[in-house]
Amino acid sequence: MKRFILPLSIFVILLLFLGVGLRLNPHEIPSPFIGKNAPAFNLTQLNDSDKSIAPQDMRGKVWLLNVWASWCESCREEHPVLMNFSRQNIVPMIGLNYKDTRPDALRQLSQEGNPYLISAFDGDGRVGIDYGVYGVPETFVIDKAGVIRYKLVGPVTPEVLAQKLLPLIKELNRV
Amino acid sequence: MFKSTIILTLLLCCMSTSWAAPAQSLAADPVLEKRMLRLTEELRCLVCQNQTLADSHADLAIDLKNQVREKLASGMSEQEVIDYMVQRYGDFVLYRPRLFGATWVLWFGPLLLLLAGLGALALKLSARKAEVVPQMSEQDRARAAAMLYSDESEPAAKP
Repeated sequence: MKRFILPLSIFVILLLFLGVGLRLNPHEIPSPFIGKNAPAFNLTQLNDSDKSIAPQDMRGKVWLLNVWASWCESCREEHPVLMNFSRQNIVPMIGLNYKDTRPDALRQLSQEGNPYLISAFDGDGRVGIDYGVYGVPETFVIDKAGVIRYKLVGPVTPEVLAQKLLPLIKELNRV
Repeated sequence: MFKSTIILTLLLCCMSTSWAAPAQSLAADPVLEKRMLRLTEELRCLVCQNQTLADSHADLAIDLKNQVREKLASGMSEQEVIDYMVQRYGDFVLYRPRLFGATWVLWFGPLLLLLAGLGALALKLSARKAEVVPQMSEQDRARAAAMLYSDESEPAAKP
C-alpha cells in the first residue's frame, strides 16, 4: 500500500496543474495599457468624414472605448448589452470602428441600432494596433484624466458589465 | 474507385492552394524584407498564439508585419521595434519570453524536472545494485552438482 503513495501524490499534483490549465483562458493576455494614458489618435467620425474625434475630446469624463466591426461575430453578441447600457446614459461610449468599410458599418448601425455617442473610423486598423487590439470586440474603460483603467477582450456580457465595468465606472466617477 | 480517389485528392490539393492567403508582396528592398522576417520570427501572433508573426497569415499578423516593415524602413532599430510591440501587446508578444522572476520556471522548469527524474532513476538503480545477490560457497556448488548428476550415467565431478 505504501508504495502507491508517491505515484498517487504525483498524479494528483499533475491533475491539479491540468485542472488549473483548463480553466485559464489563453486569450486573456495581461494588457500593458492599464494605468497608462490612452494612446492619442485623431480619426474621422464614422458617419461624417469631415468631423474628427480624438481621446482629448473626452477629457474630464469617464468613458468607454469599444472596438467593433461589422464583420465581427462576437460584436453581435454584445450588441444588445451595449444598447441597454447606452440607454441608461451612465457614461458615454465611443466606438472604434476597426478595419471596416463605412457603408458596411453604417448599415450595421442603422439596422441593429447605434449604442455609440460617436464612432471613430479606423479603416486600416492603425489606431487598433496602437491600442494593442488583437481580438475584436475589445472594451477600454478610460478615466477623467485619460488613463486606461480596464481592458476587456471579448464581448461585454451582462455579468461582466454588472460585476466589473459598472462598479469601476462608479468608482472612477466619484474621483 | 482508386482513380476517383486520386482525382479527388488532387482536386483538394488545388483547392487548398487557392484558399491560402495571398502571398505578401515583397518590399522593394530585399534586405529590409529579410530584417523584417528575422524580427517577426521573434514575435508571437496574438490571434494564433503558437505561431510566430512571420509564419502567420492571420489578418492582424499581416498588418503587424507591414507595421514592422514600415518601422524598420523609417530607421527604427530592431530593438526599438520590439519595444514598440511590447508596449502595445505586452511581454506576451515575444515568442521567446524574457528571463525574469516569473518566467524563470518556464525556462528552467523542464530542465529541473529532467534532473529530478534522472536523480530518481539513479537512486533506484543504485538501490537495486545494493541488493546482495546470495553467493554460493564452493561446497554448496559441489553438493548441488552431486544431486543433479547422481543418477546419470555420465560421471559427475566428485568432491
